[in-house]
Formats: sequence, structure tokens, C-alpha cells
Amino acid sequence: MVVANIEVSETPLMLYALRRADDALILGHRLSEWCGHAPMLEEDMALSNIALDLIGQARELYSYAARAEGGDNDEDKLAYLRDVRQYRNLLLVEQPNGDFAQTLVRQFFYSAFADLYWRAMMSSRDATLAAIAAKSEKESAYHLRHASEWLIRLGDGTDESHARAQAAIDHLWAFTGEMFAVDDGERALIHAGIAVDPGPLRGRWLQTLSDVAREATLILPQNDWMQQGGRTGRHSEHLGHLLSELQSMQRTFPGLTW
Amino acid sequence: MYTQALNTAEADDRGLEDAAKAAQFQARIDAEERIEPNDWMPGAYRKTLTRQISQHAHSEIVGMLPEGNWITRAPTLRRKAALLAKVQDECGHGLYLYAAAETLGSSREELVDAMLAGKAKYSSIFNYPTLTWADIGTIGWLVDGAAIMNQIPLCRCSYGPYARAMIRVCKEESFHQRQGYEIMLTLCRGSDEQKAMAQDALNRWWWPVLMMFGPPDATSQHSDTSTKWKIKRFSNDELRQKFVDATVPQAQYLGLTIPDPGMTQDADGHWRYSEIDWTEFKQVLAGNGPCNRDRMAARRKAHAEGAWVREAAAAYAAKRAQRQTAQAAE
Repeated sequence: MVVANIEVSETPLMLYALRRADDALILGHRLSEWCGHAPMLEEDMALSNIALDLIGQARELYSYAARAEGGDNDEDKLAYLRDVRQYRNLLLVEQPNGDFAQTLVRQFFYSAFADLYWRAMMSSRDATLAAIAAKSEKESAYHLRHASEWLIRLGDGTDESHARAQAAIDHLWAFTGEMFAVDDGERALIHAGIAVDPGPLRGRWLQTLSDVAREATLILPQNDWMQQGGRTGRHSEHLGHLLSELQSMQRTFPGLTW
Repeated sequence: MYTQALNTAEADDRGLEDAAKAAQFQARIDAEERIEPNDWMPGAYRKTLTRQISQHAHSEIVGMLPEGNWITRAPTLRRKAALLAKVQDECGHGLYLYAAAETLGSSREELVDAMLAGKAKYSSIFNYPTLTWADIGTIGWLVDGAAIMNQIPLCRCSYGPYARAMIRVCKEESFHQRQGYEIMLTLCRGSDEQKAMAQDALNRWWWPVLMMFGPPDATSQHSDTSTKWKIKRFSNDELRQKFVDATVPQAQYLGLTIPDPGMTQDADGHWRYSEIDWTEFKQVLAGNGPCNRDRMAARRKAHAEGAWVREAAAAYAAKRAQRQTAQAAE
């Protein structure tokens, strides 16, 4: 049975919210894959908690995006009835969980950015975005603390954990540049005081990373080649598999209420 | 969530203990006083409770797997968040319960190792598969419903830490149960396909849920000791009957048929169910349920693959303590 993808009118404001919503949903989904399988019960709890925060953020942002679009779409249509090429999340967040180190490094890179980003968005001229940012900032501050503490434990733990953490950093580094990229539509929203300009946040982001890496006895890569594409729907191969699972019910049983 | 009346009390060894202490202990139980971790207690009481509480904890943790099977496929974002929060609650229950068991002198590691080695039991219900989304509704409605029936009396259990843990657990379970029933209600008000999905799930879960209350009273041994110690306050059959009586009207409201054509209502209003297939129950307990091997494999895999993480955390904590000692000495 084939259920058609929805059509989305990506006005700059709609697309802006959609990109952030997709980041939160995809990362939340990835973290939720750990539930029941984490290295210790405390981490089953913590990773689920972070996943719940992110899914909550995604729901608010999707609803906002749907309102900005002004059509028939809603949070579930946006989440469940768009294909890979219509998804707008960062490549970083769709990367597979890998081992615990890879999951934590992915979270660390993202949360160190998100914390700064949401804090800046609290001054958005758009009251809804400012309110979503205020809630999300509190959550991401905790996510960052959790990931930082783990990275230090892993980096300065055993030889094995150090090697795994370093490998995860090296592997995921090239996916971090995309967080700071801006296109023309977003540039206009930044000028209007609605969106956040991520460029100026990079210095502080890097400072957070350096501080934690130093304490963790880990090294940040020097290479500056960065992968791009998530924001325009050119994803890694991993996202399609994630979506086929995430969307299976809505694709199999179209148009029902659950 | 899910204690199961698998638990048989240890043989009463009072004869070997100080008789005066034992008499005083029983007098406190009879007076409905709570026994606390530092109080004197008979060795068999300690052993019975350690086994029961740890089995209950293992059940919570293994119980995360069948429901966790649907977190990544929940049909809406609201359902996804609710299911994830629910499974996270089960994990929290497991943690409380391990902590309660630890007050009796066994460490969480020892208890978990016993489970992973296949020496400790968990509730048989989690050895059944979750095949459709309706199974998530059914587990909330029936499995959590049965767990509540088992656990409400445990809120008055003579052992303080267990009783207090149960009060909190029961509150969350009753929320889960309502949430599960609401999923069923949505399905039953939905399309023919959704109603069929709900009925199919009920058909598969009904009998295994009745087995959650444990073997019939006639064959259940030692429960007199648990009763005397006020760990157990109702028999397996009493609790099972209460559950059936509460559930039949709920099924009727949903428009679903309980898969027991021989069920009748007696003059006192009790719903009398047909004979339970205890051979199936014994087979599942013996490790031959549809998912026993998968459940154990999943828990062992998580434990084995997490070993390096736990080692790293311990190594880091040791290094840090060492540095702090060194700093203090300067």
C-alpha cells in the first residue's frame, strides 16, 4: 500500500521551524532506540528523558511550522508523511547510535550548540519561537551537562573508553559544520530579528568543546572539511531506514486515528 | 509493574532463631507494624522478600522490552512520547525495587547477575510478543491492570521499603492502565481494521494475563507463610477473580469479546472463567515461551555491551577520588 507524501509549502518561516523540529525529532528518535538496551538502568532513564524533551520540542515546532504554513498539515502529517528528501534535519542527528561513545559525542556536539542557539532565540521577535526557546534552553542545558560529564568519564576512564570516545569524535566531527550554515531565506529572518544567526555562536561552541575535551584528555580534529546537505534534503543513507520504521504505521494504515 | 505469584516463601526457620526474637517479630507483624531494614527479622523472611522484590524488579526491566519494541513505531508523536515515558517509568520502578531489595543485604549487581544467569525469575507475561500496536493498548489495560490488582495489597506489605515503593509504583501503574484502556477505546471506535486489531490482541493476551496471578490455590505451596508474615494478603485465585470481575465490564464497554466462550456470571455477580491451561504456564516458566530466549538475549547483550562503559565510569571515579585525596594531602 502506498500513502502519498504530503506537500509542504516551505515559506522561510515554515522551513525555519521545520528544520529545528526535524533535528529534535530525529535525535529524539535515535535516543529512544536505547530504551531498554542502555549500559546501565540510570542511562535507560537519562537517555529516555532527553529523548522525551526532544520529542516535546519537535511537537511544538511542528505545530508552529504547520500554523506558519497555514494549510492542512499538522505535527503528525509533518512527521509521518514526508519522505527522506523532504526532511530538513542536520546530518549529525540522523547518524546511527553506534556505541555509547558515539551516541554521547553526537549528543555533546548537538547540545553544546543547541544550548547556545535556544538561549539566543529567547530574544526572538516571534513570541512563540521565544517561548519554545525558553523551554528548550532549560532542557538543553541539562542535556549538555549530561553529555559533558559522560565524555569526561569516557575520555579519562579506561584505555578502551578513551579510544572509543576519540574515535566517535573523529567520526562525527565532519557533521558539525552544518549547524552554523545559513541560507538566504534564513538570512532574511535573521535580519528581521526572528531567527538566530548561528555564525557568531561558533566561537563559544568551540570553547565548550575545547574545555570538555581537555578535561576528558581527548583531541578535537583539525580538519575543517564539513559535510552538508541535511538542510536541503540530501541526507545520509541512514535516514531512510529510520523513517521507514518511524512512519510504518501511518504508511500502512492511512488516515486513521490512533 | 508486574509481580507474579511465583514467589513461594522460604520454609519457616524460626526454630533455628532466637525464639523470643521470633515471637516479638511475629507480634509486630500481627499488630500491623512495618518491619524496617535494621530491624531483626527471621532469615527466611529476608530470603523470601529478597527473592520476591528482586523478581519484581527483574520483571520491570524485562518488561521494558515488549513495549520498547513499539517506541520507534508508535503511530503518532503523542503516542510515541507517552509510550516512551511509560517504559521509562518501568525502568524507574525497577530501580526503586532493586534499591528496596538492597536494603535486605544483596547488591543490585548480584541480583542482576542471578537474572542474567537464568537463576532468577521474572514475570512470565513478558515472554509473549507484541505484534501490533493494539498489543501496547492491551498491555496497559490488562497487564498493568493485573499488576495493580497484585500490587495494591503489597502497599500494606509488612516490609516497609517494599510497601512504600509499591505506593508510588501503583500510582504510576494506574495511570498506565488508563492510558492503555484509552488506546483500546480509540481502536474500538476506529475502523473495522482497528477493531479487529484490538480483538486479536485481547485474544492473544487474555489467558497469559490470567496466568500472571500464579498457580491455582489448590496447588500453591507455602503461601501460608507469606500470609502469616503479611507479605501476601490475598490468594492467587482471589486476586484473579477480582481482576476478571473488574475486566469483563470494561471489555463489554469496548465492544470486545473475552476469548472464553464458557464464561458465565454466577448468582453473586462473579464472572466464572474456564479452566486455565497450566501446561502453557509451566512451559513458559520453564523457558519455552515464545520470547524467553529473545528477552534474555536482549538483556545479556545490553549488559555485555555496556560493560566497558561501566568500567570507564568506575575507573574515572577511582582516579578522581585519588586526585582529591592527593589534593587534600598537599
